[in-house]
Parts: sequence; C-alpha cells; structure tokens
Amino acid sequence: MTQGESTLLRADDVSVRFGAARAVDGVELDIRAGEIIALVGESGCGKTTLARTLLGLQQPTSGRVLYEGKPLPTGNRGLREYRRHAQLVLQDPTGALNPRHSVYEAVAEGLRIHRVPGDERALVADALSRAGLRPPERFFGRVPHELSGGQRQRVVIAGALALDPSVLIADEPVASLDASVRGEILALLLRLRDELGLAALVVTHDLGLAWNIADRVAVMYLGRIVESGPVEQVLTAPSHPYTKALLSVLPESEGPATVLAGETPDPSRVPTGCRFHPRCPLLAAGLPDSVASRCRTVDLPIVDGAESGVACHAVEVATAR
Amino acid sequence: MGEPLLELRSATVDYRTASGLVPAVRGVDLRIDAGQTLGLAGESGCGKSTLAMAVLRLLPRTAMIGGEILLGGENVTDMSWGRLRAVRWAEASVVFQGAMHALNPVRRVGDQIAEPIRLHGKGSVERVDDRVGELLEQVGLPARRARAYPHELSGGQRQRVMIAMALACSPGLIIADEPTTALDVMVQAQVLTLLSRLVDELDIGLLMISHDLSVLASTCQRLAVMYAGRIVEQGKAVDVLRAPRHPYTKALAAAFPTIGDASSRLSPRGLAGDPPDPSDLPGGCPFHPRCPSVLPECSGTDVLLRPVSEDRTSACLLEVEP
Amino acid sequence: MTSSIAWQRRRAAAGRVWAQFRTDRGGLIGLAVLAVIVLLAVLAPLISDRSGLDVTHATGGILQPPGNGFLLGTDESGRSVLLLLLWGSRISLLVGLAATLLSVGVGTIVGVLMAHFGGWAQAVLMRVTDFFLVLPSLVLAAVLSTVLTPGIGSIIVAIGATAWPTTARLVRSQTLAVESRPYIERSWALGAGHWHVIGKHVLPAVAPLVFANTTLNVANSIITESTLSFLGLGDPNSPSWGSMLHNALQTGAVTARAWWYLLPPGVAIGVVVLAFMMCGRALEAVLNPRLRER
Repeated sequence: MTQGESTLLRADDVSVRFGAARAVDGVELDIRAGEIIALVGESGCGKTTLARTLLGLQQPTSGRVLYEGKPLPTGNRGLREYRRHAQLVLQDPTGALNPRHSVYEAVAEGLRIHRVPGDERALVADALSRAGLRPPERFFGRVPHELSGGQRQRVVIAGALALDPSVLIADEPVASLDASVRGEILALLLRLRDELGLAALVVTHDLGLAWNIADRVAVMYLGRIVESGPVEQVLTAPSHPYTKALLSVLPESEGPATVLAGETPDPSRVPTGCRFHPRCPLLAAGLPDSVASRCRTVDLPIVDGAESGVACHAVEVATAR
Repeated sequence: MGEPLLELRSATVDYRTASGLVPAVRGVDLRIDAGQTLGLAGESGCGKSTLAMAVLRLLPRTAMIGGEILLGGENVTDMSWGRLRAVRWAEASVVFQGAMHALNPVRRVGDQIAEPIRLHGKGSVERVDDRVGELLEQVGLPARRARAYPHELSGGQRQRVMIAMALACSPGLIIADEPTTALDVMVQAQVLTLLSRLVDELDIGLLMISHDLSVLASTCQRLAVMYAGRIVEQGKAVDVLRAPRHPYTKALAAAFPTIGDASSRLSPRGLAGDPPDPSDLPGGCPFHPRCPSVLPECSGTDVLLRPVSEDRTSACLLEVEP
Repeated sequence: MTSSIAWQRRRAAAGRVWAQFRTDRGGLIGLAVLAVIVLLAVLAPLISDRSGLDVTHATGGILQPPGNGFLLGTDESGRSVLLLLLWGSRISLLVGLAATLLSVGVGTIVGVLMAHFGGWAQAVLMRVTDFFLVLPSLVLAAVLSTVLTPGIGSIIVAIGATAWPTTARLVRSQTLAVESRPYIERSWALGAGHWHVIGKHVLPAVAPLVFANTTLNVANSIITESTLSFLGLGDPNSPSWGSMLHNALQTGAVTARAWWYLLPPGVAIGVVVLAFMMCGRALEAVLNPRLRER
C-alpha cells in the first residue's frame, strides 16, 4: 500500500457561490496518490459542490483547483484532456446509466469520446473485469434494467476505470444500494487503491463508510472544513463539537447522544464568527467569556484538509494552554 | 395483556403478473401489543413494504392476501369497504417512505394534516385547526408552519409533517416505512427521538421498517429480520443485534460498521450476489446461495422459523440443531 | 463487431415496439389502410394511364355519373374521377410527407438547440418559435404560397414553415427532461462534447416521441394541403384531392348534384387522415410509457 507524498489534486482556497448562497466558502484540500479521503457532512454543507468543482464540472468563484501542481484548464478541449485523469462515480447507478444503452456501450462511451487507441473490445472487457463483473463478455449485451443495483454501480465504476484515471471521485457511491451489497462495492474501491494505486475522494454523510475504507477524513459544515485528519484520530477522538455530535448520535455509539437542535442553516445566511456557534453544544453548555465572545464574532482560519486541523476557538485555547 | 393491536397469522401476499403468481410475502407471523415497538429489517425485495401496506389493504388490485391479518382482532381482508375506510388512519396509520413524494406539492401542509381529520368527521373547522396546531407542536414544529407548502420545508421538517399526519386521528398503531432512510444523521437522530417520545407519551404501537439494524435496535424493543418473504430471525432487538443467530442477520449487522471497532477498519464486509428476485427464488433455504456458512443440506431443506433460545427464533439449520 | 451490439439492441427494441403495436387493433387497421393507399399511389403509373389526366385526351362526357366504364364518373372536362383520385393521392401524400419531414426536421433541430444550449440561444429561438406559433398557420401558408412561385415546392415550404413550432416546443421539453438525468452528467464527466451528448443521448431519447408526432403531423399536413388547394392556392397543374374539390365547386358540381365528383376526394382525405391518426395514436401509446421512465 503506497501513501506517497505526491499530491494529485488540490483545492486551493476554493469558494463557490450561487448568488448569495456560499455553497463552498474557502476550502483547502489535498488528494494524494494511493489514498482514500472521505469528505463527510450533511446535506447543504457543500460537499457535492466541492466534488464537482474538483472535477471541473463547476467553476469556482474564487480560488483554484490544481492537478499535479497546475491549475485546471478552462475551456472544453483542455477539460476533456483532464477528464482522463479524474473520473466521477455518481450516487444513483440507475440514473447514471442511459437505459437504452447496453453495458458495452456505457463502458465504451469514454473510450470513444477520447478516441483511445487500441482494441476497444479488450479495453471494455478489462475494465469490466477490474470492476468485478466476470466473465465480462456475459455482460456486454445486457441493458441496465436487467442488472441489480450492485452490478449497475460496477458498470459505472468500469466506465470510469476504462479511462485509466489516477483519481476517482465518488459521490455517495453506496447510498442507493442494499445493505448487503455495500460491502462489495466498498471492497472494490479498496482493491482499486491497493492494486492500481487509485486515489479516491468519497463524498458521503455516512461516518461508518469513512471508517470502513478511508485513510483520512475531512468534516464539512456550511461550506468549510471544520476538522480533518487521519480516520483513526478524527473518528475515535474527535476535537470539533460538530464531529463529536455527529458521532454521538450514531445508533450504535455508547454514551449520551448530543442531538443538535434545528437544521443546518441556509448557505446564504452563514452565521458571523464561528459558523457553527448557534448550534454548538459546547457554547450552550458554557464557555469562559473570552472564548465565547470570539465564537460569536471571530471567524476561524481555514483548516487545510491536507493536514490535521480543527476550526474551533475552544480547542485552540485548550491546546494553547 | 389484552387483544394485540396487530397480529399476523401465516400472512401471505402474492402478486398476479403476466408470468404467474409472484410470492412477495410467504407466511409471516407477527404480534404487536399496545405500547410495543417492533422493528422489521430487510432489503429490497424481501416483502417488508408489501407487508406494511397489506395491513391497511393499500396494495394494488393485483395483490392477493392470504392468511390472517388481524387489526384489533378484526380480519382486514374480511372488512367491508366502509369499515376499512373507518379503520384506515383511525386505528392504524402509515408514515410513508420518501416524504418528499408523499406530500402534495400544491397544498398547504396544514390542509394535508387536516385531511384525515375531516374525512373521519371529527370536529368543526376551529377544532380542526386547533388539532392541526396541536399535532405540529407535538412533532416539534411551530403551529404557524401549517400554512407552509412542502417545498418550503426541509427534509427533516417534511418527515415531521408526515408523522403529524399519521397521528391525526389518534391511531393505536403507526407503521413507519423507512422513516429516516433519506435523511442526514443528525436529522435522523431527531426523528427517531421524536418517534420514541411519541410512542412513550401516547402509548401507541409502532411497526418500524428499515434496512439499518442499528437504527431499529435503538428505537424498537423487538426486532424481526425478513428475507425472501419470510421472517428469518426474531427476538429482543438488543439481543439480536449483539448476538445474531442467523447468517443473514450477521451480514446485515456487519454492513454498517461500528466506529472504533478495529475489525471493520479497512475491511468492508458484504455478501456476494444480490437480494433474491421474488419471482425466481432459490430452492431450499432462500439464503443459501449467498450464505457464508452454507452446508450441503441447505440447498435442499426449506427451513422454517423455530425457537433457538429464550425469546429468540431463527430459521437456520446451523442454529436450530442442538 | 462492437457496433453490432448496438444494432442488436436496436433491433430487439424495434421488435418489442412492433410486438406491442400489433396488439392495438386501431393501429393495425390504420397501418393496413395506409399500406394499401401508398401501394396504389406508388403503382399508379403501372396500373393506369397518365394521359387520361390531360384535358385534351378526355374521353368521357361532362359530369357523367358512374357507369359506362367510368367507375366514379367524370369531371367537368370528361376525365375519369377515379383516375384523378388515384393520381391525386400521389400529390397529397407527397406534399403531406415532404412538408412533414421539413417541419419535423426544422422543429427538432430548433428544439434540441434551444434546450441544450440555453442562454441567449434559447431566448432568441424561443421568441422566433412563439412568433411562428402565434401566426394563424393557414393565413401564413396562404400568403406564402401566393408570394412564392406557384408549384408543389412552394406548397411544401408553406406548410412546413407553419407546422414546425409545435414540434420544436415538444422536442424542447423532452430534451430538457432528458438532460436533467444523471447519465448526461456522467457523459460530461467522461469528457463528452456537445455533439456527443446530443447525438448519442438526446436524439435517441427524443426520436421515438418525434416519430409518433410525425405520424400525426402528416395527417395535419395533408389537411392543410387540401385546404390550400381547395381555396385555389395550390398548384393548378397537379390534380390533388383538394384541387378536385376546388374544381368541383367552381364548375357547379354542387348544383349539378354530381356527388361522384365531390364525395370521393372528401372521403379519401378523411380516410387517409384517420388512418394516420390511428397509427400515430397506437405508436404514441407504445412509445410513451417507455419514454416516461426508461
């Protein structure tokens, strides 16, 4: 298992705004070769927007995305070239496949778009095998509705693998699948990392998934990363009150559950100071005035997802002492 | 212990299709008393949603119900149309899956909650409005939200509206079909807390359906696991989760790992193959093609649910043999 | 070899469409009627003598009732009404089909471009579409056919130019529906360009709907052509059914009670249009449930 220091994809102070809504509000994140990062957060935190921005499907309002140190090309032709390196796996495998196209055509689509030289049939068979559909020839003529959910997701993954990317970005790859089938797809992603050195960014709201397959995890709230670090550290000894609350409400966790009141506020009305402070259980329980006033008024510096970090005034004070 | 709220005796549901009868539910025995909570776990195609809909005869015309489904002692299939309408919502109600699609997008939320109240002829206009306000407060929403349209509410709020609707006619039993599946972790926790509190306060029975064993175990007293139209394990929820006595239950439990558990770190566990197609079930034990502990006898013996220990039943040859 | 998988799939899909179409009795009847009429129209030069259409070669008496070797009687110049009917079918069908192809072609292109590119392209094209939609089509067709040099070509253009907006709006909404599906986003993510998305995903998804719509459109075009000819705006040299009606009225066939001259073209128009509509409805019923989900 390789965990090289080579950064493949980097979000450099990326912000994405849709009018007044700050979907992504300053994010720095690294994806390194041979590594799986989980981007965890609830709906509305901006994780899907960030994923699409990293793929070039969305233009950042400010900041830039760097692939192998160079900014992403703008314009159709340049982006098309980039697509050979970074591929997408969507959440809903049923919607992600054209219902009229056979499995063969779905996997060959990428090859044809990029006019990849070589024996197309062999390349398609190879991609299907790597995605776990064996023997691949048996699946060539099948149509999506003849396949199960797990098989469809494998076809989508095969379509991405056919282009031989170095980074895979998976948006909730197992959310629409049956429970007993999840393990197989997750095991596939791990195998791809081990055998091909494929890096992956897995966007999910499921912390258990991060525990299952990720090396590092970044927790997002309202457009910013609030905590990041190795999975063992963040998920077993979380520092940020939001992460702690998320972990405490999982049904199998022991100890009292900190159920936060209300829901994530609208991205167009980001609270001043620390964006989490209106719902923060730590603040509600009582903090010394010097810290509490900073929570309400002073915004925190951006946590670099490439390293371990926490965006919390109370934690800063504690570690400074 | 009086009459059970809901009792199923050898309940079956078959769908008539162009290619013959497809068995969705193949003989289920269940019992829920007042104030009890039962979780029904299973994946797509196991028949759990069909079972839930069968209780109020909400299935399409191609469905044929067999066996007995007793709601408050009365057999649902024998009820006249008028009696069925009176029973629907007033004795048992359903919180449907996917609140986004179960709510009418062009009507205000308050009107939709009021609809069953008006249909059952319970009260004048002001009383109805008061009742709607009361229900909204019970589920943790301010009463003035009755004037909102569904799209103005968030996912969690919509699910609360669904729960308020289910409580509208003060039923004795609530059937919640995947109530938290599409929701975020925090919102899921809020909704589950709400359901538990309501069950306690109002002393209603709850049948909760989900594919997430840990969610069911944290909210329900008892747990039944369904596979291919039958129950394969049943018992006290906490016990079933902690010490499953059927390979399928073990697999379901392993699918959602416990954070901090070193054995699941970087080793996702799942089953090979897919949940079976009800129209094409394997012979013998329907789980045997995917079972990690399969024995040669399993492909030939159809195993039924049998007691394996105190307050636990399981349909597995491995467990049943002494 | 690999493209044969696509062809296999298409053939299988066509087979399924046909199997389901066969179950609709109305559709089958319509198809049978159309087949007969088209066959007759195509074989007209073989089964009849064209020279009979020339007024100078007319052999029958004026406005003769059926009999005497003229199955449907004669017109005001002594020509056989049956012959006129047969050759008129060629004109009506030709104009109907050609005008439809033109309008459906233009409508599909405009509709897809509008929906796919959005932005100012959509804004401009929408206004153009709305403009043509709002104009009374018959009036526009009439004006066009008087302005352009008289002839079959100009009738085809006139009808096509007024019928395309409906197709355009239909195709636009269907394109919007298709492009909101996740597999389009997957295509973009794979690196597709506009033409790939349009050619491989949008057009195949839109095609069945357009096909069903075309069948209904032909019926419309035939009626429009007949109306234009009836009003005297058609091509005076080609004996279409509408011009037969026009001539019949002009030459006093009504007062002469020459039903054999009035009835056949009218009935023929009705039958052909009905046959097209029955086919079109059956096609829509077959193709639509698939369009809605799959």
